[in-house]
Amino acid sequence: MFELDPVLMSRLITAMTLIFHIIFATLGVGVPLLICIAEFIGVKKNDEHYRMLARRWTRGFVITVAVGVVTGTAIGLQLSLVWPNFMQLAGNVISLPLFMEVFAFFFEAIFLGIYLYTWDRFKNPLTHWWFSIPVVIGGALSAFFITTVNAFMNTPDGFTMEDGQFTSINPVAAMFNPATTSKVLHVLGSSYLTVAAILASIAAFSLLKKRQSEYHKKALKLTMTLVFVFSIVTALAGDISAKFLAEHQPEKLAAAEWHFETEEGADLVLFGWLNNEDNPIGAIRLPGLLSFLAHGDFESEVTGLNEFPEDERPPLWVHYMFDFMVMIGMFLIAVSLLYIIVSRIKKWDEHNKWMIRLLFLSGPLAMLAVEFGWIYAEVGRQPWILRGYMTVDEAATRSPQIGLMFFFFLALYIVLGTLCVIVLRKLFKGKPAEEELEKKYPTIEEGDKE
Amino acid sequence: MSYEIIGITALWIFLYGYLIVASVDFGAGFFAYYAKVTGNDHIINKLISRYLSPVWEVTNVFFVFFFVGIVGFFPDSAYYYGTALLVPGSIAIILLAIRGSFYAFENYGSKQSNVYMFLYGATGLLIPASLSTAMTLSEGGFITEINGTVSLDYLALFTSPYSWSVVFLALVSVLYISATFLVYYAARADDQKALQLVRKYALFWATPTIVASLTTFIALGQHNPEHYDKMLDLWWMFGLSVAFFMIAMWLVYIGKYYGWAFISVMLQFFFAFFGYGASHLPYILYPYINIYDSVTYESTAIALIIVFIAGLLLLIPSLILLMRLFLFNADYVKGKK
Repeated sequence: MFELDPVLMSRLITAMTLIFHIIFATLGVGVPLLICIAEFIGVKKNDEHYRMLARRWTRGFVITVAVGVVTGTAIGLQLSLVWPNFMQLAGNVISLPLFMEVFAFFFEAIFLGIYLYTWDRFKNPLTHWWFSIPVVIGGALSAFFITTVNAFMNTPDGFTMEDGQFTSINPVAAMFNPATTSKVLHVLGSSYLTVAAILASIAAFSLLKKRQSEYHKKALKLTMTLVFVFSIVTALAGDISAKFLAEHQPEKLAAAEWHFETEEGADLVLFGWLNNEDNPIGAIRLPGLLSFLAHGDFESEVTGLNEFPEDERPPLWVHYMFDFMVMIGMFLIAVSLLYIIVSRIKKWDEHNKWMIRLLFLSGPLAMLAVEFGWIYAEVGRQPWILRGYMTVDEAATRSPQIGLMFFFFLALYIVLGTLCVIVLRKLFKGKPAEEELEKKYPTIEEGDKE
Repeated sequence: MSYEIIGITALWIFLYGYLIVASVDFGAGFFAYYAKVTGNDHIINKLISRYLSPVWEVTNVFFVFFFVGIVGFFPDSAYYYGTALLVPGSIAIILLAIRGSFYAFENYGSKQSNVYMFLYGATGLLIPASLSTAMTLSEGGFITEINGTVSLDYLALFTSPYSWSVVFLALVSVLYISATFLVYYAARADDQKALQLVRKYALFWATPTIVASLTTFIALGQHNPEHYDKMLDLWWMFGLSVAFFMIAMWLVYIGKYYGWAFISVMLQFFFAFFGYGASHLPYILYPYINIYDSVTYESTAIALIIVFIAGLLLLIPSLILLMRLFLFNADYVKGKK
């Protein structure tokens, strides 16, 4: 029935799983921090609005966590089912961070369970807040460990190899390979940024529906401030990543930048398209900026794609992924800065309709940027699965049923995605925060009782 | 002790942990649906959801631990099982995904629907059935490697009496373990009506469990005589298992010490499971993977063992905290909190 190339189908099935999973993984890393901050402000300022924010975010969060758990289990098993040859080799090394990731997740899940079911159970409201800390740490550690695996695939380290077999292994050195620092910073920063932006979009959406409430204004202020902070962090991490790529994985940067000839003072190419001779047409050229991005010096030399054999070059369409990601990153810095400036100037109203509409865009765009970034990270590594050692062709399963499995999983993700949206809508539709606040805290004093 | 023995023992402990907690979960799903169909849902479903709500993610993690660990310690298993299990493994993932997410959707999201209850009950039986296939395959004869191509002989698998007896054993064990846990939990909650109902379930599923164990034993003798002989060498483990089975059933029957009854059930499965596991060695997949030839490098094995111990030191106190707050908190169990 499906006469499809098993390698292609293996790649598609993994791409699909990751594109779906990364949404929930990003939320899983970022939301706990936002909840933790909101509850802390709520307790310290004794402001029920912030505590209600933490409550409502948590309520939505458990739904997305569930999807994250099951899709995470799926990708964990798919590593062995779809890429058996890769795991037979790399399992010797990456099982350590994978194992620790499971521990970190376990830790997170246990404390999330406790956090979820113990609102109002302790006399001192700060006790409950403390339970959010292990959730935040567990989420960040999960991200750290799993990112080291991805880093290892890009710049394998910590072993010696002879005749296709590892001879000696240092799994800790493998975890802290050259790509780890920049990748972890970028993943953590962008996760916090994206979640802040998503929650800002929710607040903006509620404000647009003419709920001019204090609750949503406070939510918007908190989240937009965090968007600003983390968009700066993410941009810095992105800069570190570019410098890392220039040094350790130059073909990946060159493919993203359509930079073919090694040269000094290289231009940064934005958008455009390629003609038959692989010359960028209609692109915006920023003189010397690629050199600056790569080495912090406008005159420095940047390695071009022509230095690499043709069958070891990544596909050139990753250029667009890279550009979209960077553009969205810039947009988020600009829009959050604008919001902060407007809200500081007394005469201007930061809650004007057009401003709010603009802010609403930040969440969906941020999530798109995460997707673009990961597509760039994964496709930019092609043809390798383990750069320099094993290609995706060598790693994939030979089982012809993989094509059929692709459609099974496609159906699963459609069902999960649809239900997740339906359930989240049901959970919050017709239950505005204001009503819940009134029910929960008729007065501040009573809100502090058990 | 060598690294490979430590590794396989640790993994087997995880799998045993999963066997117990997942059985409680899967069986509870079936009982919840069965109770709904027979109109008894108002009696036990509250009890079931009170237990499952805080622990469902924990159950899943036990399983992930096992398969990450086995690939780590014995990477060849990724190659053989990964290739051969593409279809059954994918189906198991999809079932687990449906079960886990639907569980969360329904419990945190909205009211219970019939479709959900059906899926919850059905996956409770289908998941153990599909996962137990891995156990069957490990005995050899179903996975073949010809000219470097690993494949699974589905016809042999579906026509093998051993394969079906394992599926049957998995199903009845799940129901039996779950029922005996619910008996204990109902007694803790002091919920007499629920207690009487689940006690009936527990007594009912005891006989099929012991019958299925015996038929599986016999079917294994025909399928893999070498393994069967090694099991007979460990006869005392299986003897202890039967002894604990009798203690458990006696306690449930006389209606006292339900906590001890459940511990006896855990010991019953502990001895059977470890007797089976110990006699299975050195093979992980007969005859392709044995623990001595396919163990990972020493440095990785040591690192994994260190992480394993450090992880347990972190997790056990956390789990105890979780249990004290929920499972064994008398007020919570009784529904007062």
